[in-house]
Amino acid sequence: MTRGTVTIQSDRCKSCGLCIQACPQHVLAFAEEFNLRGYRPVQLDEREHHCTGCGVCALVCPDVVFTVYRQPLRRAA
Amino acid sequence: MTTMVMEREAPTLTATPWELVYQRPAALTDLPTHYCPGCSHGAIHRMVAEVIDELGIRERTIGVAPVGCAVFAYKYFNLDSCEAAHGRAPAMATGLKRVRPDRIVFTYQGDGDLASIGGNEILHAALRGEQITVIFVNNAVYGMTGGQMAPTTIAGMKTTSSPMGRDVLTQGYPIHIPELLAPMPGVAYAVRRSMHAVAEMRKVKKAIRMAFQAQLQGVGFSIVEILGACPTNWHVSPTDALDYIRDRMLPEYPVGDFKVDARLRD
Repeated sequence: MTRGTVTIQSDRCKSCGLCIQACPQHVLAFAEEFNLRGYRPVQLDEREHHCTGCGVCALVCPDVVFTVYRQPLRRAA
Repeated sequence: MTTMVMEREAPTLTATPWELVYQRPAALTDLPTHYCPGCSHGAIHRMVAEVIDELGIRERTIGVAPVGCAVFAYKYFNLDSCEAAHGRAPAMATGLKRVRPDRIVFTYQGDGDLASIGGNEILHAALRGEQITVIFVNNAVYGMTGGQMAPTTIAGMKTTSSPMGRDVLTQGYPIHIPELLAPMPGVAYAVRRSMHAVAEMRKVKKAIRMAFQAQLQGVGFSIVEILGACPTNWHVSPTDALDYIRDRMLPEYPVGDFKVDARLRD
């Protein structure tokens, strides 16, 4: 189940890979194509696991490429 | 050439609306940074900006940029900023704070700037107990000029000006700034933090918040030393640079609180 997601400003990404190493769900990977600055930007790859919107990628990213969204928790009444 | 920055629309695939958890802080400008891939400066800029936003002090904060890699910090912070001569950021911050005591003044300095040429300024600003906040990024080399040996370079570390490794018998020992400043009566907050892991990065942000809190409460001089990565000049990949901090820098520069004023703990 998808609990969260991120949007990525690909043209800011410098391909350092810190977010890929830090992501607890392993849902980030380098893209095949290049961005305007000549780096392969990070992208969301949810084929095996799903993003939980934990925000760790946004915490480690030196270039502030991530905006993080989460599904509001629905607790049983 | 203008850099086009595109952002995807917020996802709207599911029935319930998405809750925004994190977005770019307002205290950062929209400009992409010039830092190398994996440089800690970008993340530390962002944490400082987040703290300024969370404390709601953006309209009355003045930043002082250093000379070094972070020389363009005034372009990246969406604040009133000025640029100091090499190492003289604490002196400039002293003047700003004394003229406008209602403003929150912080300096953002690297290790070549603060510990070497600016050693005199930082010592005497701390001795005078100036009500300023110092964000001190230690990556053990002079980054901007090509990775020369800095006063903070650890023993045995190879740099472009110590190609055989720093020899402490001829080139001296590394300097420990927070330990040096902590005994001074004017210093309210002196800590060291590291950027090598997610949990440690959360502590970095807490320390930056405390340092600004010290100035807001007017209890004295506050300094946070942050061990940052310089993958380019250490000649390692950005991810290996984090291991380098953990394995090489932490034994020399242990993280910890060297002074926390009792009034800050309340």
